[in-house]
Order: sequence, then C-alpha cells, then structure tokens
Amino acid sequence: MKCDLCNKPAVVHEVIIQGGKSTELHLCAEHAIEKGLAVPAQQPLADILPALGGVVKVEGVIGKGQQQARCTACGCTFSEFKKSGSLGCPACYDSFMPMIAHVIERAQAGATAHVGRSPAPSKDAERVQHLRSKLMRELEQAIAAEQYERAAQLRDELKALDAAPQVRDE
Amino acid sequence: MSESFSAALTQLGPESDVVITSRVRFARNLRGFPFTSRASGPVRQEVMRLVRRAVEQSGPHADAGCNLRWIDLQTATPRDRQLLCERHLVSKHFASLDAPRALALSSDEHVSMMINEEDHLRIQAIGAGACTRECFERAAGVERDLARTLLFAFHERWGFLTACPTNVGSGIRISAMLHLPALTLLKELERVKRAARELHLAVRGYHGEGSDSLGDLYQFSNQTTLGATDDALLNEFHGSVLPRLVQYEREARTAAMEKARVRIEDLVHRALATLRSARLISAESAVRDLCRVRLGAVLGLLPTDLATIQRLLLQVQPAHLSVLHPQALEGDETERELRATLIREGLG
Repeated sequence: MKCDLCNKPAVVHEVIIQGGKSTELHLCAEHAIEKGLAVPAQQPLADILPALGGVVKVEGVIGKGQQQARCTACGCTFSEFKKSGSLGCPACYDSFMPMIAHVIERAQAGATAHVGRSPAPSKDAERVQHLRSKLMRELEQAIAAEQYERAAQLRDELKALDAAPQVRDE
Repeated sequence: MSESFSAALTQLGPESDVVITSRVRFARNLRGFPFTSRASGPVRQEVMRLVRRAVEQSGPHADAGCNLRWIDLQTATPRDRQLLCERHLVSKHFASLDAPRALALSSDEHVSMMINEEDHLRIQAIGAGACTRECFERAAGVERDLARTLLFAFHERWGFLTACPTNVGSGIRISAMLHLPALTLLKELERVKRAARELHLAVRGYHGEGSDSLGDLYQFSNQTTLGATDDALLNEFHGSVLPRLVQYEREARTAAMEKARVRIEDLVHRALATLRSARLISAESAVRDLCRVRLGAVLGLLPTDLATIQRLLLQVQPAHLSVLHPQALEGDETERELRATLIREGLG
C-alpha cells in the first residue's frame, strides 16, 4: 500500500474517527514523522534515519557540527551510525545525546526510558570484592613482616583478579 | 549435531494446529568493549574467551538447567553451519560471516547463544507450539547464569544497551512462527498484518527478515523493547497477542470450510498427490506442499500425522538431506530426487 501523500510504501496505518465518520490514513515513514505519528520499528532504521534527520534539522536540534559528533570512546560518528544503523559501543548512547534520544523514541513507539529490571547485584562480585580486600590486608601484613616471598605470591593473586575485567568487581 | 534432530522443530506443542514454534531471545553486550561491528579480531576473540569461561563456569546445576556445548563457527564445516541455519539456531548472516564467532548449544537444542553476532550475545530459547513462557524462563535462566560472571552494558535511562537502538531496553524479542493458510486463502492476512503493526508487532516470512511467506508460515514478534517490563512484554505476547492470532486463524478455517470446502479439499489432496508421486522436487515446492498437507491434517481431511510433517519440513532442507545421504553425489537433480524419495517414504 502506498503513502497517501507520496508514492513511497506506507508504514503507518491509522484510523481516525471524527464526528462518527472513520477515515483511514496510510503514510510513509517521512510523512508519519511529519504528522507526529510513531513509526513502527520493523521499518529498517536506515529508512527512518534520513527522514528523521530532515525533520530534526528543521527543528534545529541537530546542527551540522552535531552530525559530525564523534564518540570519544570508540571514534564512531553520528553520520556513520545514520548510515549503518549500528552504534559503535555502549558509550555512543551518551556521546550522541540528544540526537540518539530522538532516534530511540521514534523507533520504540514513543517510549522514553527503560522501566524493566536492572542487572542483579552479583554474589560473585561481592565474593571477588571480599577476596580482594582480604588479599590486600594480607599483603600489607606480609610487607610489614618482611615476608617478601609471600608478598610476591599475594601480588600475583591480586594481579590475577585484576586481569579479569569482565568478572564483576564493583 | 548432524545425526540428531532438533526436538523443538520436530515435536508438537500447545496450539500446534496453528503455532509451529515459539522463540524468545535476549540481546546482551559486554561492558567495556565496542559492539561487534566495530570490534577488531582480537577484541572478538576476547569476547569469545570471556563468554566461554562464563558458560563453562555456569555448570549443570545452573538456572538454565542445561549444559551448553561450544561450537566454533569459524572452524565448523559449511554443512554444519547450514544445518544450524536450517534449524533457526543461527542467522544466515551469522553463518556466512568470516570473523571469530561461536554458538553455545544445549543438547536438546532448545537453548542456544550466538556469540559475536550483531550484539556480543544473542541468547535464544526455542520450543514447539505456543510456549513463549517456557522459552522465556529458559533464556532468562541462561542470562542470569552468565550475569554472575559477566558485566552487561547497562544504562540508567536506556536499559540494556544494544548495537541497534531498536533492541535497547529489555533487549527481549518474543516471537512465534504461525501457520496461517486459511487467513491467506480468505485474503484476510493484510488486515491481520495491519492490526499486528498497530500492536507494534513485526511480521516476517519463514526465513526471517526480508523473506517471503513460503508455506503460509509467518513469524510475529514484538517490535518495541523499551518502556515495558519483561513480565508486561511476555503477558502481552503470550496472554493476548498469540491467543488472538490463533483464534483468527481457527475462525478463518471454520469459515473457509463453510465457504470453500471443495477448494480446500482440492488444494490439500492435490498437494498430497504431488508429494506421493513426484520423482524430483525442490525444497521450496516441498515446503509449500507439506504445509498444504499440514492444513489437510489439522482439518481432518487427510490422515497424515502432524509430527511426520514437522520432521519432513526439516529433513527436506538441503543440509539435512545431505546428512541423511552423505554418500550421494552433489548435484541439483540428485538432491531433488533424494528429497522426493524421502517424502514418498515418509508419507507412506
């Protein structure tokens, strides 16, 4: 089905009931955004982004400089994201604010924040943390007692804990 | 892997007259690493190492209730990669990539996890029939196990972070593969698809994104992943969406039998006759006709056993066929001949 306002495929279908009469509305992503309607996320992001860029540009939210915004953590630019639909790293979500908020809200039918669960605090994390502080105390005692062989061993054990950045250690 | 058959795809589950399979997948990424598309070879290897260690640490008494076997996709044979693809355990894209990546798979093949797909982790549980709740519990179990040793990328506002913002929030995609021949026959499918879009559901064909509706098989899944709790997502899909879709198709079957019984009888008997007589048949024609026979079986028009059809739907795929006939010479005609023989013998 084609968009009511142009020849592109319609992705938003609304039934408007006014004064007892119902009118069907079929719009492409671009015109749906113009009318302030949510665009379904099944629409490839690459299709939403150019339309969104246009609208947002009119609103003056994304300037030319912001289009070139670069994530300090991974080097990904907002233009690259617009092209591929894929962000570079978790830090991109903060690097590309507020542009990314527009993209998410459009793609997620207007939802503006996560309301589900958070990662559960881990018993392992507590265990690692407890182990680390115990090893640190023992290391201090070994150094004070001039037990250098023991101290070297404890240092190795601490290093092994640090070498596993993905083990919960907060 | 080669000798066994995926229980999820060959068994029958609740509402199996309409629902072929249910699936739940969690998208997760490791904190502190770039997403896969921007990750170098060594980073991808490191992600695999950390995930593998976490999988091995979770053990047999883990929440998931299963051990996951590790399959390195880079060293797997092309046939094994194709087998996994035909069983819907990996995406086509993932099967054909040339980069460090792996699959962790439970022995019953209900639970699997792609490592280094679009997201670092794609945890999936699949089951026969309408069983999204059970799938959710199993996938969530694996996720809980892994979260004991892995730190997932998480944002206070956006929830679990994913490479594509369309998956952010819960990162959960719930889907069901439905057989909708009567809605198609009555030309009601467009209306159903439109209603589905209004409910923020995506509708895809047999092989996922961009594929056609071969065999009148359609995959429905939630489009939005942000702004709803896991329970709300699950209750909406399992408690509301899925029963409604099943009901629509059942009503359409009743209506179609009243309005066009002879046409349906012709369709299903003709399909069975073709499958029982053909000496050469392509995978596509086989799936189409097997699905028509499936309709005949659920309507009581044909005595064919549904489980047999489910098994054949998988066995007629090229890689599965080559497992049954490893000695056969390669070639399109040989493949079509073996497929036709397999179906004739299977249907009796």
